[in-house]
Amino acid sequence: MSTLTEATEAPPTANGRPAYRVTARRVVASEWAKLFSLRSSWIVLGLSLLFVVAFGLIAAFRYRSEIGSGQMNQDFARQNAVGLSLFGANFAQLALGVLGVLVTAGEYSTGMIRSTLAAVPRRLPVLWSKAAVTGLVALVVATAGAFVAFLTGSRIVAGTPAAMGFSHAGVVRSLLGAGLYLCLVAVIGTALGALLRSVAGAVSALVAALMLIPGLITLLPSTWRDGISPYLPGNAGASMFAVTPDPGTLPPGAGLLVLLAWTALALTGAAYRLRRTDA
Amino acid sequence: MIDARRLTKRYGEKTAVDGLDFVVKPGTVTGFLGPNGAGKSTTMRMIVGLDAPTSGTVTVNGCRYEQHRAPLQEVGTLLEARSVHPGRSAYQHLRALALTHGIPRRRVDEVIGVTGLGSVAGKRAGAFSLGMGQRLGIAAALLGDPRTVMLDEPVNGLDPEGVLWIRNLLTSLAAEGRTVFVSSHLMSEVALVADHLIIVGRGRLLADTTVRELVREAGGTTVRVAAQDPARLRDVLAGPGVEITGQAGAEELQVTGLSARDIGLRAAEHGIALFELHTRQVSLEEAFMELTRDAVEYHGTPAEVVAAAGGPA
Repeated sequence: MSTLTEATEAPPTANGRPAYRVTARRVVASEWAKLFSLRSSWIVLGLSLLFVVAFGLIAAFRYRSEIGSGQMNQDFARQNAVGLSLFGANFAQLALGVLGVLVTAGEYSTGMIRSTLAAVPRRLPVLWSKAAVTGLVALVVATAGAFVAFLTGSRIVAGTPAAMGFSHAGVVRSLLGAGLYLCLVAVIGTALGALLRSVAGAVSALVAALMLIPGLITLLPSTWRDGISPYLPGNAGASMFAVTPDPGTLPPGAGLLVLLAWTALALTGAAYRLRRTDA
Repeated sequence: MIDARRLTKRYGEKTAVDGLDFVVKPGTVTGFLGPNGAGKSTTMRMIVGLDAPTSGTVTVNGCRYEQHRAPLQEVGTLLEARSVHPGRSAYQHLRALALTHGIPRRRVDEVIGVTGLGSVAGKRAGAFSLGMGQRLGIAAALLGDPRTVMLDEPVNGLDPEGVLWIRNLLTSLAAEGRTVFVSSHLMSEVALVADHLIIVGRGRLLADTTVRELVREAGGTTVRVAAQDPARLRDVLAGPGVEITGQAGAEELQVTGLSARDIGLRAAEHGIALFELHTRQVSLEEAFMELTRDAVEYHGTPAEVVAAAGGPA
């Protein structure tokens, strides 16, 4: 009757051969299931949330106890409730970046990538799905963390010069900006993992990009430094969640665009390597 | 159906697969044989698109693997290298693969049952023994109910019961009309299940043959017989399909195509005294070794040669 070739396109009941098919949505569902079926993902996500909330609280407490004591350092004294509450973002960015790295490079180090790419041999849907799933989860966790940190942090510093409420201009934007920043860092981690195919290598690259290079840049002559510094991924991201932009940093919208450009660059490199090199 | 044409893979200077041409047909088990480093795994990786050929093509059921809508339904693969995240349970691993194709949970449970992983399906794959890992890999290969099943060294790490299970599985998959392609570096393993053989060495095709043909070409079973009157014995034994060799004047003859028992009976019938009657079976293993002798990547070298070569120049 029907040949085997027709069988794959026929409805499942026609000849007993079900009509399976790879779709973008299914690849996303698979990546979602993969992320949450690993203990390491839960640990890293838990740590990210803990970092955002706990470090925010610690910063807020310290501010309240030191304010007026006269021994507070200048930078700290100029902080506002948002800045204090989002103090943990610096640590959470590492945790969420590592989550992204594990999602891709973790498959190379364990060999899982061979199973993954045998199931989805077109390959690119795997990268997009991993980036989307990781980004979405990071966005939810980081945004929730930012709001919780601000809710409690702003209560702690109420009545001090740093006090701010949700109604202050730029507060909600900053909190959302922090969530979006951490989301994009997770996506960059995913891309670096796929690009370098090594957990250690990708985590190093991530730490270098977010923490080492901004430090090294300060060694450059100031004219160069001022031209480059605001465009580094970490600094562009920081300007997304500052209530009032510091002099010499980008406005929040521009910061977002710059970080998006970095993300796109990393994903392009990852896509190129994924398509071009043997798994 | 797997169709490789001039399939070639080079890694820098080294050619791992060198212009392979072969067809793997449905309904039989095809053994893919060759010494270590012959390019078997690389070939299999190219079939499912994990490695890109340097030149040449390979298609599965009519088109390139990646062009299929449901690749896991076309080819189910067990690769030699571990391809499982050790932190994920067997069930979650299979479930994640199933999700990409819309394969129902029911099928995941089914392959877990078929491969006997039921009691450990919830355990982390990292805690699996080699044999359990192989079973999980085979479960993944069967997941899409594929028309072609391709297994790279499937009996590695399996206990005797597991080996037997694999043999029966392969035979029944082929009996269902599927294409079954199994690699091994052990002839004895493949000969028990395979009808067709593709033998490679150093990336080149050495033989595309059947088990029976290979044995026949290698000389089959030879009987050595020494008789008082070899010339008369020759006449007595001569017939269709019988080949007799022996030096003129010598008592000894080599006979193929007759069993030792037949030779003995006929000699007795004609009153020819025999001094010696000995069956020498050319094993598949020997036939295989003969064929791949020049293609073995890593020869054992006599110690003194190594010492001489490695010594000061």
